[in-house]
Amino acid sequence: MLQFRVGFKSKLPCRGAFYSEKGVLPVYKEIFSHVGKYKKEALLSPLSIIGEVLMEVLIPVVMAKIIDEGIKQNNIGRVVCFGLLMLVMALVSLFFGAIAGRLSAVAAMGFAKNLRAVLFRRVQSFSFANVDKFSTASLTTRLTTDVTNIQTAFMMFIRSAFRAPIMLTFALIMAFRMNSQLSVVFVFAAPVLALFMAFVMTKAHPRFKKMLSLYDSMNSRVQENLVGIRTVKAFVREDYEKKKFTDSTEAVREAQVSAEKLIIMTMPFMQFIMYISIISILWFGGNMAVGGRMETGELASFITYVSQILMSLMMLSMLFIMFVLSRASIQRIYEVLEEEIDIVSPENSKILPADGSISFSDVSFSYFKDMNNLALEHIDLDIRSGETIGIIGGTGSSKTSLVQLIPRLYDATDGRVIVGGHDVKDYDLDILRNTVAMVLQKNVLFSGTIRDNLRWGNAEATDAEIEEACKAACAHDFITSFPDGYDTELGQGGVNVSGGQKQRLCIARALLRKPKIIILDDSTSAVDTATDSSIRKAFREKLADTTTIIIAQRITSVMDADRIVVMDAGKISAVGTHDELLESSEIYREVYESQQKGADE
Amino acid sequence: MPPRRQAVMEKPADFKATIKRIFSYMHGFGVHFVFVIIGVVFSSLAGIAGNALLKPLIDNIEQAVKSGSWDKRGFIRILCLMGLIYFVGAVSTFVYMRLMMRISTTTLMRIRNDLFCKMESLPIRFFDKHTHGELMSHFTNDTDTLREMLSNSIAQFISSAISITGIFVMMIIYSWQLTLIVVVMLFVIIRVIAFIGSRSSKGFIAQQKALGAANGYIEELVEGQKVVKVFTHEDEATEEFDRLNEELCQAATRANTFANILMPVMNNLSYLHYAVTAIVGGIMTVSGVGGMTVGTVVAYLQYTRNFSMPITQVSQQLNAVLTALAGAERIFKVIDEEPETDEGYVTLVNADIAEDGTITEAPERTGRWAWRHPHKADGSVTYTEVHGNVELDDVYFGYEPGKTVLNGISLYAHAGQKIAFVGSTGAGKTTITNLINRFYDVPDGKIRYDGININKIKKSDLRRSQSIVLQDTHLFTGTVMDNIRYGKLDATDEEVYAAARLANADGFIRHLENGYDTMLTGDGGNLSQGQRQLLAIARAAVADPPVLILDEATSSIDTRTEAMIEKGMDSLMEGRTVFVIAHRLSTVRNSSAIMVLEHGKIIERGNHNELISQRGKYYQLYNGMFELS
Repeated sequence: MLQFRVGFKSKLPCRGAFYSEKGVLPVYKEIFSHVGKYKKEALLSPLSIIGEVLMEVLIPVVMAKIIDEGIKQNNIGRVVCFGLLMLVMALVSLFFGAIAGRLSAVAAMGFAKNLRAVLFRRVQSFSFANVDKFSTASLTTRLTTDVTNIQTAFMMFIRSAFRAPIMLTFALIMAFRMNSQLSVVFVFAAPVLALFMAFVMTKAHPRFKKMLSLYDSMNSRVQENLVGIRTVKAFVREDYEKKKFTDSTEAVREAQVSAEKLIIMTMPFMQFIMYISIISILWFGGNMAVGGRMETGELASFITYVSQILMSLMMLSMLFIMFVLSRASIQRIYEVLEEEIDIVSPENSKILPADGSISFSDVSFSYFKDMNNLALEHIDLDIRSGETIGIIGGTGSSKTSLVQLIPRLYDATDGRVIVGGHDVKDYDLDILRNTVAMVLQKNVLFSGTIRDNLRWGNAEATDAEIEEACKAACAHDFITSFPDGYDTELGQGGVNVSGGQKQRLCIARALLRKPKIIILDDSTSAVDTATDSSIRKAFREKLADTTTIIIAQRITSVMDADRIVVMDAGKISAVGTHDELLESSEIYREVYESQQKGADE
Repeated sequence: MPPRRQAVMEKPADFKATIKRIFSYMHGFGVHFVFVIIGVVFSSLAGIAGNALLKPLIDNIEQAVKSGSWDKRGFIRILCLMGLIYFVGAVSTFVYMRLMMRISTTTLMRIRNDLFCKMESLPIRFFDKHTHGELMSHFTNDTDTLREMLSNSIAQFISSAISITGIFVMMIIYSWQLTLIVVVMLFVIIRVIAFIGSRSSKGFIAQQKALGAANGYIEELVEGQKVVKVFTHEDEATEEFDRLNEELCQAATRANTFANILMPVMNNLSYLHYAVTAIVGGIMTVSGVGGMTVGTVVAYLQYTRNFSMPITQVSQQLNAVLTALAGAERIFKVIDEEPETDEGYVTLVNADIAEDGTITEAPERTGRWAWRHPHKADGSVTYTEVHGNVELDDVYFGYEPGKTVLNGISLYAHAGQKIAFVGSTGAGKTTITNLINRFYDVPDGKIRYDGININKIKKSDLRRSQSIVLQDTHLFTGTVMDNIRYGKLDATDEEVYAAARLANADGFIRHLENGYDTMLTGDGGNLSQGQRQLLAIARAAVADPPVLILDEATSSIDTRTEAMIEKGMDSLMEGRTVFVIAHRLSTVRNSSAIMVLEHGKIIERGNHNELISQRGKYYQLYNGMFELS
């Protein structure tokens, strides 16, 4: 009996901009162009399926002959003869079937591999703005679940896309050839079935879409509860959350019932049509056979064709339903592929920065490229090579936004950022980012040993260099206190070290770059003040020629800088030394006093 | 027929128990289930019976062709009977599928609800031991496979079993001699399935492993993509990814090749079976062995065709079923976890407190609270007013046995005092607060709350008497208003505004797109860390509890804003017992008492001035800020 399933995989909720749905064709064309070098397999597989199906369709003819020319004529010779022929055909069919199985596996898995590879490279070339737009969770889902969905759909497609129509055509031809009058039954059955399928599918699509979106929100509720379990428990909101969750599962169940009840109707309906066809054929065929216009064996074979024809129609409709369902995944992958990367290296740029100087000239910046919604407004700032600059400012005053323009993690919306004498847009990105090392506020370590992670800074760093950088970042002591020292394995995300230790490792990693400019974006917030000051001391002694920019909350982290920039609401409010700012900047004084209170008592 | 979605062959440990457990979720569906089974039986029998009628029908025609006189009445009778059987079959199919869908969706919902509710009641310790991804997969992958099994495989198995048995019986009835061929074929089929199946399942295990490695790498690298950019590490990352991707592709191709080949192999085995049967049957008819007629052979041959189909289906479903059972087992393992134990019986009640200090329980909110303490010995009930006095007496604690984090902590916090914990990461600051709200338990009598042994207080009541603001703020999908109201579900709009103003959050909230009605999604991802902390403070404020725990609550708020909200914080803290953890010393300076922790011990205690004059660790830490040369 024909049996099918409509599988869907859960998707995590995702943010990010969505394209207004373009025409379907260019989307599919783009996605399937990545079959790439597996095109041969992808084409040969359906071709060998033609061989398999051909045998499958012809075998019933032989079966009929066995009965009509052999058994009924008491002709054992014929039975054996046709029996052997059938065996040979079965072997041929097996041969093609196995080849097709192998080729379709190679093609589908290869296609998935290519998709993953192109997506991975794409994400690697994304700018910060691109990543922000999609969110990392959504990008991960697109590279994993969505690709798997397409892979499954694709394999099913190349295995059945040809099988169903070929089987349908052959079976129809055979049936008509065998008995054209009897075949009129199909003329009635097929359109009824097709109409019914079309009806079910148009009805089911929106319902499945609704179910998937409810499913997404149910899962995001689970995720929120996992992440925020302490908050839930601290506020004794377990029952509240349970209520909300059971409401959402009930909604999912209802949507599921409403979508699936349409799909499951197809099966009994098809049975119904098939049974009616069989009975009509038996009725007409019986009359013909008695009237001598048809052989009994043919009648039996004819019934085989009935089921073949109806099954291939069913298979076609299943294919269609599956495509409707995988369309969501295809759309999501297409969005990643089509996302315009807004920061790219200029071609063949070989210019090198002259020194570590930085200059902002009338720079404005908006995360939304909207001059009415600016994060930075008309910044003018010149930093000499080798200078140490501190940046202080309140939450949301755009300190991070400012420094992210230096290694061109974002592009200025207006104005120019000049590093080492050239506009950042004129540098090859690799050269620019090798010049500017940045320790991010939200920093990440990767699984692997401490040494592996440090080598990110410089793959060829010697052990002595690594040790030196770690000493400067005050990381050497705690690293050597671990039993495995520099070879200690860090779990994913560096879970085996404390926050402060992680920050120090990240600083050491940046130092290994030997950059002309180093930026610390609130990178010592979890480090205690004494360690913080020894790190800064090391910086002063060992990195005298390196331009250093330190963003910090603590005044003490910046007060010995050559100059301190005070940021307020996207603007530079004041620039000067600690003493100057205490005199001139009210904000600076307030910050200072808020941290200073009681110290003099 | 479309190929099935492949799955890994994972062996569930206890097959029977898991299946029984799944069925236990179908309670209330007893009648439905009976009808499902009846439906499946009818539906499969209809197919078999319909075929069985093919023989008399063809014999009838043969007879007519041979003798020239047609028993048309008999022909019509058989055809009508056939129509009736088929009709019953189609209706049965519809009925059982509908019922099965109802059962499976409800069962799935119940399992999901059970799993979630269990999760909510598990102790924090459990979440320490399991990653989010792991727990999340119970809700996604494991329930997905279970869903497929419930909606497809159960009915499929029953129907296949009936078909196989039914067809087999019919075959014996028609010709036991020919059925001997079936027995031999069955043996071959089982060997083939075992051969291909074991290879394909080995392949799938390898594929799953490779998939895990590749997905893990993707997750890590995408998560750290900004770092990759900053270090221009794109090429190295891509190189490593290509290696993993290639490995995955190899494993997956191998696994799927075997799975794909199973189908044509089974198919053609059935042709082989057919041919052999035809030859033997033909010989038998000719030689008249066993009274074989043409009609018998024709019908019998139809059965040979039908026989292999359910076997192929069962063999293809086997992977899916085993995977689903393994998934169900993982789900049940979580459901079987020991929930947070709570032997507490002291509860928090609204109280009317008379001038002479006598406390009576009030039915509605009075703004004052009392502990209701029933005494088992004499059945009496005493009331103690909630002040928020917290006392720790020589507390030792470790998250893992043999690794103590707290080594003999003693402290006394009076109602209205602000107690600060200072110390480096891992000194045990957060651990103390985790014990005060009983995220983790300590032995009896070690911690007392308003003089009551903390273990006697019901956890939910204890936590309701405290508000906590954590370093990592977690917000939930919903409006800003909903999120603040999380602290007190029945808070009025005015109360929410007041709390937001107190936390200095009102200003930025009003600048959001829809003010207080702005939807927050993805853990409030559209807000800055500092803004999220302000919301968390507002959330704690609206709860209005006697005890407040601030664990690095202002770490992402700059000191100037912190100074600005200090007034609000001061009024929030007034009259409450407050525990503050901060590495920023300016945050804790005005505390009643500051405890300096090191390796789980309080090494210094006193107020700011006392500690400064002690010239100890605190002095050093504090002056570390000014040690500039």
